[in-house]
Amino acid sequence: MNSTINLIQEALSYGFMQRALIVGVLIGLSSAMLGIFLVLKKFSMIGDGLAHVSFATVAIALFLGASPLFVSIPIVTVSSILIMNLNEKAGIHGDAAIGLVSSFSVALGVLISSVSGGFNVDLFSYLFGSILAIQKTDLWLSVILAIGVIFTVIFYYNDLFAITHDEAFSSVIGIPTKRRNYLIATLTSVTIVLGIRVVGTMLISSMIIFPTVSALQISKNFKSTIIIAAIISVFSVVVGLLGSYVLNLPSGAAIVMINGIILGIMMLYKGIVQR
Amino acid sequence: MNSLIRAENVTVRYGENIVLTDVSFDVQAGDYIGLVGANGSGKSTLMKAILGLVPIEKGKIQYSGVGRGHTGIGYLPQVAVTGNTLFPAEVREIVGIGLLGGKKFPKRITKNDELAIESILEKLGILGLKNKKIGDLSGGQQQRVLLARAMVSRPKLLILDEPTSALDPRVRSEFFALIKSINENDGTTVILVSHDLSSIKRYSKKMMVLDRELVYYGSSAAFDINFSMARGLHHHELND
Repeated sequence: MNSTINLIQEALSYGFMQRALIVGVLIGLSSAMLGIFLVLKKFSMIGDGLAHVSFATVAIALFLGASPLFVSIPIVTVSSILIMNLNEKAGIHGDAAIGLVSSFSVALGVLISSVSGGFNVDLFSYLFGSILAIQKTDLWLSVILAIGVIFTVIFYYNDLFAITHDEAFSSVIGIPTKRRNYLIATLTSVTIVLGIRVVGTMLISSMIIFPTVSALQISKNFKSTIIIAAIISVFSVVVGLLGSYVLNLPSGAAIVMINGIILGIMMLYKGIVQR
Repeated sequence: MNSLIRAENVTVRYGENIVLTDVSFDVQAGDYIGLVGANGSGKSTLMKAILGLVPIEKGKIQYSGVGRGHTGIGYLPQVAVTGNTLFPAEVREIVGIGLLGGKKFPKRITKNDELAIESILEKLGILGLKNKKIGDLSGGQQQRVLLARAMVSRPKLLILDEPTSALDPRVRSEFFALIKSINENDGTTVILVSHDLSSIKRYSKKMMVLDRELVYYGSSAAFDINFSMARGLHHHELND
């Protein structure tokens, strides 16, 4: 027990761990707050699709010697709007639209990395996340993102709730549904790009889906779902990151495992209560 | 008479496909109009044109006393009943959405709004469901909640797009009777789209039959049953 506490104290004394915790908590908070709108609108897998796009953009950035963050954020944002437009204008269902953009991006990323001499350590670290790679820029961008997400959800709460429940009715009463959807898509894109530093492109969608699905098992209204999802997400990030240090495990996978355990407990609890 | 809506030669096209041709009619205050037609006859398109959700290629729709979209029109969309039992919203939250149309940023539900929500729930006989989760309710109860959402802003005109298609026959009759009482007691004008010809004929004051053009618009009592057969409507329902 004492050695675990010592290890946690040791972890917290490292700058990289402090940055990872702050960025992780802020990304966890942002992804959980956006998750409810994506999950209930059946756009859960948009996180997965956009993570694949960000894999391609990281490959492009490394190939060009540019900063991955500043290449990824605009391209991933445009892709998220493209996915929504494919869904709306070309009549392609949300899951198919995500699949198209996602597989095309992975192919592009693989081609670029092949041309530039194969997968290198940098690109690999983006696949599964690397908390050692988190820089101060990530930290500040995460702070700005989290503030943006929290303010958006607070100030546009009723509009977002209405659109999530019934988009046709929302249009009729004058809510600008398209603009609100783009707002969510943009914030999701930035969350994904920043989040892949922590958990990687392969696992980032779990940070959007797991906390919301867990919260849905026990919540009764919309607000409480958002609050419970945010608490679960932050808890998973903190326990996952510290646990991964103590047990010498990959941090991204540890965070997802904690999320998975919480979902299991919630489903069990719901099953017992409903009996 | 006081016309709430006057449509003149309205034509709507989706790409190459003309869905409505030269449709003209008046909707007067206090009307209860049943809109019927076979699948693809343009019923939902006409409702969407009135609500400003689809562009009109030719002709025009004039509004008097009701603004297009948000002011004065309550809307119950087709297949609005939520099939997702996990949707985390209480009845009062859902009904509150109906009050957002007239609000400015940041849109907040006030104490007065809560009273308006309670009042409409009481009127529709579902006040006891106020704090229930929408997904836990029966189809008929959910449809009443969505009707409350459409009515909470006290609209002059209610547009209901196939509100009973997911309901069983007994609940369907109750719903039609409820709409009739709202029309008669409150004077709310109603346009109700339905496949249920027998209920429409029984409960509505006027009937409008569409087949990509307006083929009948007049009193429900005078509506000719044989005419409906020729138009491919659900005649068998008249014998229920």
